[in-house]
Amino acid sequence: MSKKETTTWDYAPAPESTKIVQLKEKYDLYINGKFVKPSSGKYFKTINPANEKVLASIAQANEKDVDIAVKAAHKAYTSVWSKMTGAERGKYIFRIARMMQERSRELAVAESLDSGKTIREARDIDIPLACNHFFYYAGWADKLDEAFPGRKPKSLGVAGQIIPWNFPMLMAAWKIAPALATGNTVVIKPAETTSLTMMILAEIIHESGLPAGVVNIVAGYGDTGAAIVNHPDVNKIAFTGSTGVGKLIQKSLAGTEKKLTLELGGKSANIIFDDAPLDQAVEGIVNGIFFNQGHVCCAGSRLFVQESVADKVIDKLKFRMESLIVGDPIDKNTDIGAINSKEQYDTIQKYLKIGKDEGCDIYQSPCKLPKNGYFMPPTLFTDVAQSNRIVQEEIFGPVLTIQTFRTIDEVIQKANNSPYGLAAGVWTDKGSRIFNLTTQLRAGIVWANTYNKFDPASPFGGYKESGFGREGGMHGLEGYLKFDK
Amino acid sequence: MTKKSNSIYDVLAQSPSVDKVGVEERTTRFQTRSIKNEAKWQGLNMVLNMIDLTTLEGKDTPGKVRQMCYKAHHLHDSLEGLPSVAAVCVYPSMVKLAKDELKGTDVKVASVSTAFPSGQAPHSVKIDDTKFAVDSGADEIDMVISRGKFLAGDYQFVFDEIASIKEACGKARLKVILETGELSTLDNVRKASDLAIHAGADFIKTSTGKIQPAATMPVTYTMLQAIRDHYLATGKMVGMKPAGGVSNSKLALYYLVMVKETLGEDWLNNTYFRFGASSLANDVLMQMVKAKTGHYSSADYFSID
Repeated sequence: MSKKETTTWDYAPAPESTKIVQLKEKYDLYINGKFVKPSSGKYFKTINPANEKVLASIAQANEKDVDIAVKAAHKAYTSVWSKMTGAERGKYIFRIARMMQERSRELAVAESLDSGKTIREARDIDIPLACNHFFYYAGWADKLDEAFPGRKPKSLGVAGQIIPWNFPMLMAAWKIAPALATGNTVVIKPAETTSLTMMILAEIIHESGLPAGVVNIVAGYGDTGAAIVNHPDVNKIAFTGSTGVGKLIQKSLAGTEKKLTLELGGKSANIIFDDAPLDQAVEGIVNGIFFNQGHVCCAGSRLFVQESVADKVIDKLKFRMESLIVGDPIDKNTDIGAINSKEQYDTIQKYLKIGKDEGCDIYQSPCKLPKNGYFMPPTLFTDVAQSNRIVQEEIFGPVLTIQTFRTIDEVIQKANNSPYGLAAGVWTDKGSRIFNLTTQLRAGIVWANTYNKFDPASPFGGYKESGFGREGGMHGLEGYLKFDK
Repeated sequence: MTKKSNSIYDVLAQSPSVDKVGVEERTTRFQTRSIKNEAKWQGLNMVLNMIDLTTLEGKDTPGKVRQMCYKAHHLHDSLEGLPSVAAVCVYPSMVKLAKDELKGTDVKVASVSTAFPSGQAPHSVKIDDTKFAVDSGADEIDMVISRGKFLAGDYQFVFDEIASIKEACGKARLKVILETGELSTLDNVRKASDLAIHAGADFIKTSTGKIQPAATMPVTYTMLQAIRDHYLATGKMVGMKPAGGVSNSKLALYYLVMVKETLGEDWLNNTYFRFGASSLANDVLMQMVKAKTGHYSSADYFSID
């Protein structure tokens, strides 16, 4: 036998070309079918979190701009969009879907540059899914009566929509597509750190010939969002973001007629039983918590492993983590990209400190990190309990807490013992156990032997502090409709 | 069959189940890796150096084997600095000849045995077959398991057989062919891998090449996981050989990606990883010539031996 010889074989850099994205220096608001300057004249900078370089400046909308946008949306609703047949509306939505598809490479690159997510995920997941949401809801536009037989569905009016920074384009699609399909008009605000793809979407919408005022795009910070929420002519608010802001929104809407759907935070349980396909479960753990740098509301951030296989699973997981490549998001081989912003990076670091101070064991995979930008290695905490803050609070980063359990009742109790209830994962070879758990876990989504799978036809939403209302699927139409009594 | 403690039955009871959907998702992901420039060049060199150049036909003659042996260390002499392949793989009757032909090179001679490819022969015949090959100078023995016994649940028989062949191998390294195309499920592939490893396999190998499907990425991945688990539990490294079905360089590079990301770089050498293939080498050579000269040459520029 010849002696052991270790070769290093590193993948050569394989950056996706960014030439396809022709960034403008400045992007304006998109109101009433026109690109307009903000009334304050203010622009804010959007940066690439992978190298902290400025990508472009984005117009910042204030209360006055929001007012103009809502009025335009209202006018478009009453004069054009609510009078149009579903079939005609559907054609516009299909057209937007096709145009997005045609520019999908450009959208993927822009998304990766602006958000820090890997080009692989932007290219293979975010953008195709976003297109599919438009395609899917285009199909519903002329079938609303069939979706709700005998209930006479009617549109609401102006939908004010506020979306987060973790899946900018995808969340835009989740919001805009069902609103348009159901006959509502839209005023939407992207997150301040990730407005870039929304600006490209504005161009697409403009070129699609969608009637003026049907979709209005106002970028900005929290005050812009508040202006949308509090505007008297808005009939519906759809918000995806933090539970804290969700609570504020619900408070401001109390006593108004505005319809509300909230998709908020989570601290979802990923449960591995001893009879599970363990190696695939390990992939599911990785995909559950390290997908999109852990910036996923439904991330499987609380891992529960049956005690009899816990050591094995943790060993396998650590071994697997060594092969994860953290680095330049635009490189096609990168598995984990940049943390979205300095602010979020600091939040995650704060939680790492809390975890260590609480006496939990930390493990970080030994990977090389780029010098600039906000990067961190995938992280595990073992020796944790329900009482630890890192187990209770949403970290929104690539940080996993691992607990063991003995019995099925124990794990159900612990999984449900959280103010959140967005998602859960169950890994077992036993079909009956899967169905038992899906009925007992108080989570809006339960995945069996997989994790973080999304489809436009499947409803998504939470229990408890993870929000209410469903997005996606036929259920997703309901949040944008009212029904005759 | 009575159950004894620490018997092979206890070992196999610990084999995890395998979820085909999850496996396919992962193996598809390996194929999204972008292998370019120097990584590609290095990868192609590794692939060449991991090949077991194979001829296993009823019509094999000394002439054919002699020509293949020459090719094994003269892959494409117009391109300088190429490695030789890892080994040639032949029937026992050709071992002595191959050994003589390869004297002075570092190309190993591997011999199939145990009534390859079906394995349907008495135990004594399989032992004799193996000993003959070893006595003729084989450095490596590629045995087949008794798939019928395995599928009938007689794991003890399969275990004992592998262990006795291992003993008959002496210093020769033992590759155990599971013939995964006949095992039907990934659960079985995993069980058979664990069984072979515990019985003393130095390498586990997918296929004889006589049954379709031969090596696939999901099957190879499942076997690599068995090797990884054995390594995590014992610190011992077992080798892997996919055979049949890997016929182009792009796919071969994805196999290396799979090995690197499942087992680590310690396995990226021909002590621990082999490709059983006859047509792969020329496709790799074609890519290497393209990398050097910037254009593809036709297949006629690469020797067929």
